[in-house]
Amino acid sequence: MTDHAAIAPSEARTLRSYVYDPKIRAIFFQILTLVIVVAIGWSIFDNTVANLARSGTASGYQFLKGRAGFDIGASLIDYSSDSTYGRAILVGFLNTILVAFFGIITATAIGFIIGIGRLSKNWLIAKLCTVYVEVFRNIPVLLIIFFWYKGVLSSLPQVRDSLKLPLGMVLNNRGLAFPRPVWGDAAWVIPVALLIAIVATFIVARWAKQRQMRTGQQFHTIWAAIGLIVGLPVLAFLAVGAPLTFDFPIAGRFNLSGGSVIAPEFVALYLALSFYTASFIAETIRAGIRAVAKGQSEAAAALGLQPSTTTRLVVVPQAMRVIIPPLTSQYLNLTKNSSLGIAVGFPELVATGGTTMNQTGQAIEVVSIWLVVYLSISITTSLFMNWFNAKMALVER
Amino acid sequence: MKKTLLSAAIGAAVLGFASAASAATLDTVKSKGFVQCVVNTGLAGFAAPDASGNWSGFDVDYCKAVAAAIFNDATKTKYTPTTSQTRFTALQSGEGDVLFRNTTWTINRDTALGFNFRTVNYYDGQGFMVPKSLNVKSALELSGAAVCVQSGTTTELNLADYFKANKLEYKPVVYEKLPEVNQAYQEGRCDVYTTDQSGLYSLRLSLSNPDEHIILPEIISKEPLGPAVRQGDDQWFDIVSWTHYALVQAEEFGLTKANVDDIRKSSTNPDVRRFLGVEKDTKIGTDLGLTNDWAYNIVKAVGNYGEVFERNIGQNTPLKIQRGLNALWTKGGLQYAPPVR
Repeated sequence: MTDHAAIAPSEARTLRSYVYDPKIRAIFFQILTLVIVVAIGWSIFDNTVANLARSGTASGYQFLKGRAGFDIGASLIDYSSDSTYGRAILVGFLNTILVAFFGIITATAIGFIIGIGRLSKNWLIAKLCTVYVEVFRNIPVLLIIFFWYKGVLSSLPQVRDSLKLPLGMVLNNRGLAFPRPVWGDAAWVIPVALLIAIVATFIVARWAKQRQMRTGQQFHTIWAAIGLIVGLPVLAFLAVGAPLTFDFPIAGRFNLSGGSVIAPEFVALYLALSFYTASFIAETIRAGIRAVAKGQSEAAAALGLQPSTTTRLVVVPQAMRVIIPPLTSQYLNLTKNSSLGIAVGFPELVATGGTTMNQTGQAIEVVSIWLVVYLSISITTSLFMNWFNAKMALVER
Repeated sequence: MKKTLLSAAIGAAVLGFASAASAATLDTVKSKGFVQCVVNTGLAGFAAPDASGNWSGFDVDYCKAVAAAIFNDATKTKYTPTTSQTRFTALQSGEGDVLFRNTTWTINRDTALGFNFRTVNYYDGQGFMVPKSLNVKSALELSGAAVCVQSGTTTELNLADYFKANKLEYKPVVYEKLPEVNQAYQEGRCDVYTTDQSGLYSLRLSLSNPDEHIILPEIISKEPLGPAVRQGDDQWFDIVSWTHYALVQAEEFGLTKANVDDIRKSSTNPDVRRFLGVEKDTKIGTDLGLTNDWAYNIVKAVGNYGEVFERNIGQNTPLKIQRGLNALWTKGGLQYAPPVR
């Protein structure tokens, strides 16, 4: 103990010893970095505020409460020119979410098919899928948007030569109009029936699993589920006397009136984003499946599992581990690329925000809203995918 | 497009950092040797580049007039083409010295956006264009129509107000760039095209079959178009304003590009002599921060207001726009210049 006390530098530390102490040095440099970062941040903020004041422009977010005064072509919520700028930006945000949501689903579906297709033993299928990937992956997404908007959708007939499709649908260069369902008073039973069906399906699935564990007998839950989820709402619908009428699109003097319309701007953006991102997803899927060692499926076969069961229980769970993280990046890319909708006049976040910025002159505020919104969407998507990844990851026992 | 986002972001960033923005603009312009004008990306008759990149048009002539007043050289100009969405950020952030871009003077732009407007170089109003085949005679028959409009304009706002006030339904089809609006109208994506009437005349020319479209009689708004500058630099504001007044005054005096040299030598009218800077001991030009022959230089370079109008958008041009409200006050119009004395 006396030796130890002699070594301990508690009282006799010189300044020099502090300078050479790696711990103290580390803390010093961290504090220095922090100070520099804060100073730069402050100087940017201060400079901006000073310049804004000097340029005589109003600043702050009060403008969001002002009357917007402009109309928006496509909106998921009630919006008119009497609504506020904040609501206009919200409309744009919801449109961004809408196109991103459907884009992600479609891109994933196409990507899965193409990715698996590239691994097909059929020469033609494999080559076609390769061509798809190489074409869409190597063309800028803006061109794909223009291709769909100008090349394909603009070649549709004029409004006065509209194509009449079955089921009262009408197609022209202003979109696809279809009958809008108008539900009667008793229609509330249908979602209730659907809810009951979903709950019942869970119970059936649980029972089937327990029975298989106990007796080894299999029960095809899928048929029961389809029967319940489709059948029960249909029965309910018929039981309350089919409370459903349709509002058909009718040719007016200028446009079709009535019905619902899917605008070509949305379709062009949605298809372009789906096809473009699908090519990347296909490669991710292919890489994921390739990453599962061949021995795994051979071992499964040796155990007597059928090929479909092998894919479902052995290959896919392991492939998912590799697929999900890069898939997340593709989803984020798709969401961010939706800002290109402004090129074809789809009123997404950047479009409505841009108009707001122009009418109010609040450039910094609107740009900051864009940043925060895209960042939030991306972080939310990431968190969800991380959660999904953790759930799908192999649980080591 | 991406570009908008980018330029908006850069604009915002520049707005944040720029510190030179409030230095005297005239000094900055003199030291860099040219006037940087924020103009349209391309509107025939007002501001459009030709195949070799030379800009011409009504707004461009105003830019040249300012350059002539400062440098006695109308070629010392540069142009920043902007969309209706990017124009204000471009001026705010100092990407240009003055905005000549068919911009409507409104109180909001004059105050909250931090700009100064004083002169109106073109009195305009918003109108509608429709294909003749629709057989529409009045804008009040347009209920249910799809209307093509450019985003970020007063046009977009007037459109909403007009249809609301008249209880008409419509479907806005909004694009950011003029060529996109033109194409959409031509392809029948919408039934009606709306913008300032001068713009409609200009755009009708670019359609493949101009004769099949008519411009409806209704004018639904006041659109006084004029130059804008940043607030906080009165001298520069004066120069831009008086450039316009000099053009108008020159027309009133009957001074043209062709006769201004002769009149300058021979005139005995003190008003004219003062205007052209040949009166003894005049200080008008130097008080503006320019030389005393500033007005002479403007007229020598681009002519008078009437010449600028006729050369770019008047009866002998494809646009065939009548002077109308833009005639001199002496001829029943609204163009009027305060006295140069």
